[in-house]
Amino acid sequence: MRFGIAVFPGTWSDGDCARAVEVLGHQSVRLWHRDRDLQGSDCVILPGGFAYGDHLRTGAVARFAPLMESVQEFAAAGGLVLGICNGFQILCEAHLLPGALTRNASLEFRCETTWLRVETVETPFTGDCERGGVLAIPVSHGEGRFVADPSTLDRLEAEQRVAFRYVARDGTAVGDASPNGSMRDIAGVVSEGRNVLGMMPHPERAAEPLLGSDDGMRIFRSVVEAVAEHSAFAVAP
Amino acid sequence: MRYLAEVVISLKPVVNDPQGLTVRAGLHQLGFAEVSEVRVGKHISVEVDGDSEAGARQRVAEMCEKLLRNPVIEDYRIELRPSREASPAPAAPPA
Repeated sequence: MRFGIAVFPGTWSDGDCARAVEVLGHQSVRLWHRDRDLQGSDCVILPGGFAYGDHLRTGAVARFAPLMESVQEFAAAGGLVLGICNGFQILCEAHLLPGALTRNASLEFRCETTWLRVETVETPFTGDCERGGVLAIPVSHGEGRFVADPSTLDRLEAEQRVAFRYVARDGTAVGDASPNGSMRDIAGVVSEGRNVLGMMPHPERAAEPLLGSDDGMRIFRSVVEAVAEHSAFAVAP
Repeated sequence: MRYLAEVVISLKPVVNDPQGLTVRAGLHQLGFAEVSEVRVGKHISVEVDGDSEAGARQRVAEMCEKLLRNPVIEDYRIELRPSREASPAPAAPPA
């Protein structure tokens, strides 16, 4: 299968995402922000970085890129979109995902391993995981505090759209000890159609044992399996 | 007619503002014990051409809705007045 990896001015995680895809034995193609062509991608990744310098707000300008119009259409048609870190911020600004990502409660840029509890396997991005299992995947961000109003949060929980939560290494709740102070320790959420995932941690940085963890591959592998099993997911033109 | 819009973007009251809390702690540290709350926001000046003040204000409000603020976490306020200079000269480069 083919992963399309978006590149905005200021994106820096595209190479790591391409490497993760390559380790899995699949193909990747870079998607330039000024193009509209998704080049037949089965899944579009919006990788980490500082698109357009993150001026005004993180992701605020990137959402108007020509490429994002195609990504919006692709997502609306049921195509798989994975937003990582800055990609998550862009998806929230584009209203493809609810909530917003604000300055970390600590005001610090945090770059460290986090432990994520898989809250649902009923998504194309977590099908290869176990519910309640813990993944070691690093974060690297200054603005990753997920916020939404209480009714939105309740709805996300009720619809099982919280994909990952920051937890302690043994899987128990961390509360205020999360790396960014996210509401309800939310690290990743999926869209109503479950075909769009945004997550602050970087699975592509936990792609090989040499990196200290290859737990991130569970997410990429889940996508490959989902695409293979459910040809219903849209393929980009 | 040219107008100067001063847009103030502030976090909604329900959104936690760690920057404001840090600034408040700093002010307390400096002896400003009377400070009860600090919120940090953004100030954006936008110069716009328009036929009327109401029209220009309407356009700036649209800018706020579409780009300048994030409706999930931020409120905005617009102060608009005729721009003092009809066509401002570019700022001189630093000596």
